[in-house]
Amino acid sequence: MTVELALIVPRMPHPLLCPDASEGYRALADAYAEARRRIEAVQPDLIVLYSAGWNSILGHQVQADPAPEWVHVDQDFHALGSIPYKLRMDPGFADAMTEAGQARGLRVRTVSYKGFPIDTGTVTALKLLNPDNRFPASVVSCNIYADRAETVVLGKAAADAIRAQNRRVVAIAVTNISHRLHSVPVPPDQDRFASLKDDEWTRKLLEILDEGRLEDVSQLARTFTAQAHADSKLKGIWWLASCAGAHNRYSGEVLAYAPVQGAGCAVVSLKPDALAVANLEFDEDDVDVYRGDRNVLAPAGETASTAGTPAPSAPRRSEATPVAAKSPARRGTGRVDVAADRAPKPVGAYPHARRVGDLLYLSGVGPRQAGTDAIPGGPIRNADGVAQEYDIEAQTRAVIDNVRRILEAAGSSLDRVLDVTTFLVDMDRDFKGYNRVYAELLGGIGPTRTTLAIRALPTPIAIELKVVAAAGDADLASLTGVMGG
Amino acid sequence: MAESPTGRIVAGALSPHPPHLVYAENPPQNEPSAECGWEGLRWGYERLRRTLDQLDIDVIVVHSPHWKTSQGHHVLGVPEFKSLSVDPIFPHLFRFHYDLSVDVELAEAIAEEGQAGGLAMHVMRNPDFRVDYGTITSCQLTRPAWDLPIVAISSSRVYFDFNNDVGDRQMVALGRATRRAIERTGRRALLLASNSLSHRHFTQEPEIPEDMSHERIYHHGQYLWDMHVLDLMRRGRTRQLMAEMPDYIEHATSECKDGSLSWLLGAMEFPDYPAEVHAYGTVIGTGNAIVGWIPPETAAEVAR
Repeated sequence: MTVELALIVPRMPHPLLCPDASEGYRALADAYAEARRRIEAVQPDLIVLYSAGWNSILGHQVQADPAPEWVHVDQDFHALGSIPYKLRMDPGFADAMTEAGQARGLRVRTVSYKGFPIDTGTVTALKLLNPDNRFPASVVSCNIYADRAETVVLGKAAADAIRAQNRRVVAIAVTNISHRLHSVPVPPDQDRFASLKDDEWTRKLLEILDEGRLEDVSQLARTFTAQAHADSKLKGIWWLASCAGAHNRYSGEVLAYAPVQGAGCAVVSLKPDALAVANLEFDEDDVDVYRGDRNVLAPAGETASTAGTPAPSAPRRSEATPVAAKSPARRGTGRVDVAADRAPKPVGAYPHARRVGDLLYLSGVGPRQAGTDAIPGGPIRNADGVAQEYDIEAQTRAVIDNVRRILEAAGSSLDRVLDVTTFLVDMDRDFKGYNRVYAELLGGIGPTRTTLAIRALPTPIAIELKVVAAAGDADLASLTGVMGG
Repeated sequence: MAESPTGRIVAGALSPHPPHLVYAENPPQNEPSAECGWEGLRWGYERLRRTLDQLDIDVIVVHSPHWKTSQGHHVLGVPEFKSLSVDPIFPHLFRFHYDLSVDVELAEAIAEEGQAGGLAMHVMRNPDFRVDYGTITSCQLTRPAWDLPIVAISSSRVYFDFNNDVGDRQMVALGRATRRAIERTGRRALLLASNSLSHRHFTQEPEIPEDMSHERIYHHGQYLWDMHVLDLMRRGRTRQLMAEMPDYIEHATSECKDGSLSWLLGAMEFPDYPAEVHAYGTVIGTGNAIVGWIPPETAAEVAR
């Protein structure tokens, strides 16, 4: 299952506490009501929220109190009244999202304390969208130091948990778009945007969202932040796009846009729609595993237990075999992970390779091309699942070329391959072609080999190789001796 | 109302609010408990308390970075508050049951003086309001008996919405309004600026939060700035400090961006006498100093 509906809602309490104080507040309250109807039409079994108003420092926090209850008062708008609440959270999903985040390199933890101060935006959104707690919810915080990579990976962790638990989900970013408030209160009936510039930029974003182009807006977040007074760098939209699906195939609708004490507040509905416009010319990196983008001045060799993030580069194993600083990321004593820029991105939370001692263990390698994900020789089926003709020799050649790229990124080479396990989805059809190319490229090197037929691979490819190789600085003769002994 | 001859600021202090210090003290009001931790700072607070114990104080006025307001400056305006404060960032360290009283007359006077000075001021009168953990931490560490009323002032986002110069000007104006209100109401007030100095956190903590083998400054440049700022305080050069404040805020990621210290120095008319630095230490990478200013009149009183 997946995200059935994505929403962007503001974090101001006015649509809840004084909806009739201005036309704009009423429009937002009505839009909340329409969003509520759309949620109920979906009948989700979970609502997942990212709240820009819940700040964290120690990584990200996920609310795990099953029934948080309090009388909330906003720090700024206390004169509007108190908000008593009793919410229904899903601790099991909070645990799953936390574990998924940790598996992707994030620091995530659950919080479950009586009286924990749930933020105004979360309380407002859940009171208006889920007033009878019909659907359980899960809320994750906004780390004040997190940038795009960390927030995107957080969204993917939420998606991992959704898939793992087979949930039918509505995902919500609780965030204003522009967040410059009037520095003195404005009577509600005279409320207006605090900055014309913010308003102009926000309207541009909303125009794109109205076309269902969520990922385009996610990619524009930095530009928006540089030009306007963005709410928390629009991290909420980074998270939402990553969680719901980083693409533009949504049916979008801006249900309302209005100023609340100067801030730009919008309610936006985005329904996944395979037929909608899709522009895949994205500029930003699509990060799968978080390895840290902060603490760049930390002393070399600093460990993750004392620093805010892992050291920015790993120490070289020896001067004789320099390894590109960006490639191996140190994960712990005695183990070095390899991320090869020139190989296709992993399709899950795993490194391209891991070095342990003098050996390199490669994750399964397929034929996809770095940067484009194109499959030489063609995919074995199209997007509709219809079988296609493909060239196994071209796929095999591409696989072995990807193995070579990964080994070279780790300071090794193809001629140091020791063992190969090959997976074919159609042994009868493909063995001969695969065997011919294998003999050409690896036969002379002579690693041990096992070939297996399997039902399917994660992407529409026909072949994958699992490889063990000697590290570039390992003494091959000595290694062979050890292995032989 | 005519000025009271006894109304004045009897002392001011930089009294940072890391909840870790309350956690390590193990007061009965706090649910979590610790073995130890951050003794350098906690002992600094002890020294500050010994100094303050010699003074005749009516009220504590605290400016807290963790009551964040976008629209002007707010003051607590309800006589009593009793509730549970849970730190949203360090909930495993700080879940504090507080019971405090507010000097509403002084709070209202500060709001009036601020408004008269052109500031947007609000008196917070919602009895369900939860007092922020910065206010509670600074007051707990400075006066754990909770035997004095307080006035809490919020931290306006003026620095963030405009710039550091505008923020400092507004905070100095707020400080002067605070002083006028204290004089007008005849209070003998202790002022607390609740901010840290450099304020870049590590984003993870050790398994045992009070494991001091992990505690150090986030970055040497921040330490150098903190030492420079403390040196200016010790030499009574607070006007120079104010002149450098915008740069300090940016270069050291200082929590002075929340305005507390500028408010304090403005209220005390930029002390040219030496401050007493009772302690400096780090908390999860941030720089924190406990600093006291005792005006000459107060020092003379104590001497008598």
